[in-house]
Amino acid sequence: MYRIRFHGRGGQGMKTASRILGTAFFLEGYEVQDAPRYGAERRGAPIFAYVRADNQLINERGVITRPDLVIVADDSLVPVPAAGVLTGVDEHTVLLINSDESTETWKHRLNLSCRVFTLPAEAEERAELRFIGATCTGAAARLLGKISRDALQQAIKQELSELGDAVIEKNLARALDAFDCMQEHEGCIQTGTEANATDYSKPAWIDFPFEDARVSAPDIHASANSVEVRTGLWRTLRPVIDYERCNKCWWVCSTFCPDGAIKVSGQTPEIDYNHCKGCMVCVAQCPPHAIEAVAEQLARQQDAEEEVSP
Amino acid sequence: MTRKLLTGNGAAALGARLAATDYIPAFPITPQTEIIETISGWIDQGEMDARMVTMESEHSMVTAAAAAAASGIRVFSATSSQGLLYGMEMLYTVSGWRAPFVLVNVSRGLASPITLEPDHNDIMSARDSGFLQIHCSTCQEVLDSTLMAFRLAEDERIRLPVIVNMDGFYLSFTREPVEVPDPKTAQNFVGDYDPENIRFRASSPVSQAVAVLGGVPYSYFRYETHLAAQNGLDVYDELSREFANQFGREYSAIEAYRCDDADIVFVMLGSFATKARAAVDQLRKAGNKVGLLRPRLLRPFPAEMFRMLLAGKSGVAVIDQNISMGMGGVLHSELAGALYGHPHAPPQLLSFIGGLGGRDISLEEFFEIADVTRNAVAQKHTPPPRLLYTEQELRQMRKLQAVASVERDELNNSGGAKNG
Repeated sequence: MYRIRFHGRGGQGMKTASRILGTAFFLEGYEVQDAPRYGAERRGAPIFAYVRADNQLINERGVITRPDLVIVADDSLVPVPAAGVLTGVDEHTVLLINSDESTETWKHRLNLSCRVFTLPAEAEERAELRFIGATCTGAAARLLGKISRDALQQAIKQELSELGDAVIEKNLARALDAFDCMQEHEGCIQTGTEANATDYSKPAWIDFPFEDARVSAPDIHASANSVEVRTGLWRTLRPVIDYERCNKCWWVCSTFCPDGAIKVSGQTPEIDYNHCKGCMVCVAQCPPHAIEAVAEQLARQQDAEEEVSP
Repeated sequence: MTRKLLTGNGAAALGARLAATDYIPAFPITPQTEIIETISGWIDQGEMDARMVTMESEHSMVTAAAAAAASGIRVFSATSSQGLLYGMEMLYTVSGWRAPFVLVNVSRGLASPITLEPDHNDIMSARDSGFLQIHCSTCQEVLDSTLMAFRLAEDERIRLPVIVNMDGFYLSFTREPVEVPDPKTAQNFVGDYDPENIRFRASSPVSQAVAVLGGVPYSYFRYETHLAAQNGLDVYDELSREFANQFGREYSAIEAYRCDDADIVFVMLGSFATKARAAVDQLRKAGNKVGLLRPRLLRPFPAEMFRMLLAGKSGVAVIDQNISMGMGGVLHSELAGALYGHPHAPPQLLSFIGGLGGRDISLEEFFEIADVTRNAVAQKHTPPPRLLYTEQELRQMRKLQAVASVERDELNNSGGAKNG
């Protein structure tokens, strides 16, 4: 059985990517299971999706703990513990990561003995990641070596049918480029071994301790603790205020901000980038169009450059 | 018949459509919302001839469903978790009206604390409501059970609403290959709803069970409802055979997997049971005679069938994905009730609780459950109920608690709210 996990941020299309790969496997005659997993948060929050494919009925369910292939659409997720990108990765796993940094850097940084591939994407595109799902899926299909170019194309057309021909064409182009690009690594992914009932590591079950309600009630005593969660890390687009154009109306952007991340001191709005999730509501609402959306990755590069040469 | 990838939610919606449902009162809740979104999309595009009304709560939704069913039309609705609980008063009420309809419940653990992931405490709370319950383990089964549920509900020997249950995420959002019957065959199987004497019309109003009764007439009505629910066993048996003849898929009231020659048997409900199936395959490879029983029907409870299937087995491990506070696993006690005092009942009946709030159950844990059960048989001693929870998971919990107490200390020391 093939076990594949996709990691990305809400809005980057990982659910769709997993469905394209699932459908492509299905078109090739495989039994398939694909599913997304996320919590109450959506856009920008770490999410993952997974695909199982086998030539017999699939009984296994739920989160994949022994992945053959892990796809990371957004390399900023690797250090986020809650994203669980490296869960169950061992030497047989292949890691496919969308990153400007080299495979060697990632292997060294994460002390990995498994194979790592990076996706060559144009920096401009990578910043917005509009087609990253298709790119990842195209590369994954070739690495798996069980999905033909035809099946990949058909799966994309099927899964994106509601988005219109123009969008399908763009996704097809990216996916096929990535597919072709991985030619020399075709079929390098191996299925992992199955758990066996003679030789397994026993679960370390505990006798559950009683703890009194002062400890065991799910109460939150600290107020305003949500500020501790730096949801700004979820942002893929950054709203930037052009103060020359800002009317100093002092309320439109700050009132519409669903996260209360825009503070007005005096008459000047200031965006709290630690907590702005990059939803772009302010960009849409600002009457004089004084807020611009900048790709987060580019904005960060600029920040870094400015720090070096102020 | 075509085979395509569908989520459990998609399969439920398609079941409602293939059964030619007339009316769908709706209220959204994660992880069920995709069902009503799908149906509303079809209605909007003119692909499904039905009426959907969005209600202001599940309480009204269940009431509207039963009231519409009492006017002689076919009704479908769906909910989950807190939504099912919010409609609970009306669940009990409308089953007493004896107006049949189908309600899909997408299982999700109950508050508090809040989760989106599945366990069965929501559906267990509807156990005594008079609704029959079919529990599914695959997306195919969700579609097929929805069709069967209309037959079951509308059968003149039953006339009760039926809940089709599936697990949130593990089925609701998971796509699997599903054989989709063509609409004609499906409609032939489900048939027309013949409401007989429960045809409510504005010109001939009917009051549904509004009189305040004393114990004698009250008992009569309640026990009649119980007998009708029990008729569900025979009716289900009949119609699942008919379904198998027409569609080639068999759904007996209890799925028995590699059970015939098994010594040790797992018993569990829902989609996690397919994991148990995978574990059984591995255990068999290692030479262990282990099998699985998965009740599809929970109400009516197939007690006689359980007795038959478990006769002569040496050990049974019930894995409950629910917990009755102060008692333990619900299925475990129901099964104990069914087996007690019967001459061939297995001597060891063990209780495990796992999968609460979607907590995964690993293959290794199933192997271990088989091992613990085998030891209980050998030592003729039943161990206490066991929560599937590891040392490492408790450490993870301790870490969260440590963070929480640091926060609290900081708060106490600063004497008020912290600043970001």
